[in-house]
Amino acid sequence: MAADDRFTDDYRGRREDGPVGTRNEIITGPVSDWATDFSHLEPEWSADPYPIQDDLRERCPIARTERFGGGWLPTRYEDVAAIAYDTDRFSSRAIIMSNFRPPRELAPVGGSPPISSDPPFHHDARKLLLPAFTKQAVARQEPSTRAFCHSLIDAFEGQDVVDAAADYAQHIPIRVIADMLGFPPEHGPQFREFVEDLIEGINLPPDDRIARVSRLFDYLLAQVHEHLDDPREDLTTYLINAELYGQKLEPSHVVGTLVLLLIAGIDTTWSAIGASLWHLAKTPADRHRLVAEPGLLPTAAEEFLRAYAPVTMARLVKQDMHWHGADMKADDWILLSFPAANRDPAQFDRAGEVVIDREVNRHAAFGLGIHRCLGSHLARMELRTALEVWLQRIPEFSLDDPPAVTWSPGQIRGPRTLPLRIR
Amino acid sequence: MKVQISSERCQGHGRCYDLVPDLFGEDEEGYSRLLGDGTVPPGKEREARLAESNCPERAIEVLEGT
Repeated sequence: MAADDRFTDDYRGRREDGPVGTRNEIITGPVSDWATDFSHLEPEWSADPYPIQDDLRERCPIARTERFGGGWLPTRYEDVAAIAYDTDRFSSRAIIMSNFRPPRELAPVGGSPPISSDPPFHHDARKLLLPAFTKQAVARQEPSTRAFCHSLIDAFEGQDVVDAAADYAQHIPIRVIADMLGFPPEHGPQFREFVEDLIEGINLPPDDRIARVSRLFDYLLAQVHEHLDDPREDLTTYLINAELYGQKLEPSHVVGTLVLLLIAGIDTTWSAIGASLWHLAKTPADRHRLVAEPGLLPTAAEEFLRAYAPVTMARLVKQDMHWHGADMKADDWILLSFPAANRDPAQFDRAGEVVIDREVNRHAAFGLGIHRCLGSHLARMELRTALEVWLQRIPEFSLDDPPAVTWSPGQIRGPRTLPLRIR
Repeated sequence: MKVQISSERCQGHGRCYDLVPDLFGEDEEGYSRLLGDGTVPPGKEREARLAESNCPERAIEVLEGT
């Protein structure tokens, strides 16, 4: 068999001859009016976006910004759902709202298939990954996840105050995805940097941003080479060998999908676990009830996912159009806020409250339509296991210093510092 | 009472097979499938309605009186 030479030269170099994307001026600083100047990267949004979203839903349900080269923010469930379903008019060519739009020629594959892909390619790229992420498949990770959660809590021995975001929530998805991809678990701290570079470093100067993103690609390319030399039973080897339309995948497809699997699984689940613990720390009635009724945990976890949905996606408008009252232009961003949809009173009773025994909960935390989060079963397993182990081991805990809690900026929102008093 | 799944709408969220594992299961790609012919056994009506009302894609329909 001929050696696999797809990754031997730097395939990225070949791309530079192709079409280039467009950059816009970077605008930062306080928001003047959320209806006309919104930014999900400003501290006011990170600290508490819900009053902003509730206000917009009332007075300007599709808000506008001139930042990021122009974009829109729908806050009603029905608009968010309509956009998620309408892949004809809204492209996933870029799904992180930034100051750079990749070239249109990148569609329908996009940089990180299948999350960045449009039909019809999307379906085929997604089909390659679905079997590895079914509920049954991810259940195989549960015993090791549970043991790992216990080991993290064992390490709290002797401490009265711990950082539940940095010392607990963060480590769980990093360990799980490292195992699935076959990456060394001790590289976890690097993964955190990659996540911050890609998701939070949106408003950095272009050269800095390019350098940071390059580091991630260099790392992944090195991992691909290690797996070429030493194939294993993991997702990286699977992707290297996978075929689409009778051929092995393009190297950019393999590495782009690795970017997706590494990044999308980490800060999302980290955020969901952290936000749930934050809620339970400040809500003794809910905490006591879940300790007394562990069977309610799966229902409560769905409510935490609804009320503190960590993930906002983005789309690009394909062509100029008048849409639900907004004059959208081609390549305008859509900030697709599943968190805002999840708190729309037109869709949910007591939308602004956390009701841990909510029986009817048609939330959209994992998106709607063809891009339903590929890792949703994995995320649910991790969230339930992490909360179950924590509540068994630490039934009593509280916020040690509420103002010290910090939340991540950008499209993935969750606690990044969460000091909890545990005894 | 019967239930049916619209395979065009189902995206594999799995709320139905999470909530009511004796009526719904997952296929090898995570999409939902009926474990039987869709007939809801007596006493399981509430669960069937629960699956219907929690499907984010509105892919499940309960057919009352069938």
